[in-house]
Amino acid sequence: MKLDEISKVLEAQWLSDRTGCHDRIGAEVLSCHASDLMSDVLTSSGEGSLLLTGLTNAQVIRVAEVADFVAVCFVRGKKPQPETLQLAGERGIPVLVTPLSMYDACGRLYVKGLPGGHGAKEIPSWRTRK
Amino acid sequence: MADKEVTKTQEMIYELRVREVMTRKVIAVASATPMGELRGILRDNRISGTPVVDDGNLVGIVSIEDFINWMSDGRPGCPVADRMTRQVRTIYDDEPLVQAVNKLERSGFGRLPVLERETCRLVGVITKGDIIGGLLKHLEVDYLNAERRGARSSHIFEDIIADRSLLRLEYQVRGADFSRAGSSASGLKTSLGRLGIDPQITRRVAIAAYEAEMNLVVFTEGGRIRAEVEPGLIRLVVEDSGPGIPDVEQAMEPGFSTAPDWVRELGFGAGMGLPNIQKCSDRMRLDSTVGKGTRLEVEVLMEHRDDAERLSEGTGA
Repeated sequence: MKLDEISKVLEAQWLSDRTGCHDRIGAEVLSCHASDLMSDVLTSSGEGSLLLTGLTNAQVIRVAEVADFVAVCFVRGKKPQPETLQLAGERGIPVLVTPLSMYDACGRLYVKGLPGGHGAKEIPSWRTRK
Repeated sequence: MADKEVTKTQEMIYELRVREVMTRKVIAVASATPMGELRGILRDNRISGTPVVDDGNLVGIVSIEDFINWMSDGRPGCPVADRMTRQVRTIYDDEPLVQAVNKLERSGFGRLPVLERETCRLVGVITKGDIIGGLLKHLEVDYLNAERRGARSSHIFEDIIADRSLLRLEYQVRGADFSRAGSSASGLKTSLGRLGIDPQITRRVAIAAYEAEMNLVVFTEGGRIRAEVEPGLIRLVVEDSGPGIPDVEQAMEPGFSTAPDWVRELGFGAGMGLPNIQKCSDRMRLDSTVGKGTRLEVEVLMEHRDDAERLSEGTGA
């Protein structure tokens, strides 16, 4: 699922300048992580994944960057702080905001066939040996 | 064969939207503006035409051609409304650039007023110059990205002949500075990417570094993150000078946390940091003395795995 389709499904608004995150806009989103707990989000890889969260501080963008998330979508219409948007712009991470609640946003994406991100299960396979 | 290839520019005129390249600062006139004033407006703004707007609504467009015709008619005293083109071709701001190119081509007009779809209000103007400028700007972005990729010193260690080689990257982390937290991990990740390190390995190191950096920011007066890249191995050494961890075994338990509330409110401090660092690493060593400081050493191996092994992991085996 491309980000443009996701933004339609979630009735989401783009907060990023689309030109600044050109690369990721075309990327295929294969899964979704939904959490307000960044500590939990960091326990798995975000590659090919969308991060849905109610948190709006700049560390959300750091987490998305470090774990390789494709994009971040804030729920409940929460507009992030300016420094969050600025950092997202600098790091080229697309940011959206949906008026939907976390539960509804997850539900809509799930019925559209977007599966959950890998849980902690994936971690052992990250290891090169044992 | 060649005509089947889609060029970057062709791709871009489908991908880019009108609003991404249009001129947002629109010079417009009211329909009641006298024709005689038009010359000054066009000259001062160095434009060859302008939309005519009444109360925010687009009612027409007037160009230098209309002005010349008015002059040759003996400059009768009249408002812009009498000489403007009322049948205005417009375009919505969310349409792809290719639509603008086609409309300009077909109509022969030099500019198209841009309307916002929901409100139908004038939000900009697009000219051929805007389109060319927009395409060039985006080509430049792509070119810079390609250039950056080209500058990567990929496989640096394969080219170096030495009994032992080591690349050291060092980052200072300030305590309690939450706004800058994560910038070291971010810098390290970018650098490892440029070195051509495998993305999986890079991500594991970056997450471990980020968790360690958050610990420095939240619990200490600051410290230092050192990353050492060797053939087959990346080592992170994170050091601070206090306060130290009283019970290292307890700190390693998932869910155990002494993080203050303000950290929890920011989505952290769930007691997953150290366990997560361990998960991301192949070897981890944590030494701490209360009142003296903590030293964390983490190693991530980057052995060359054969392709069969990668494949079996890829299928989730």
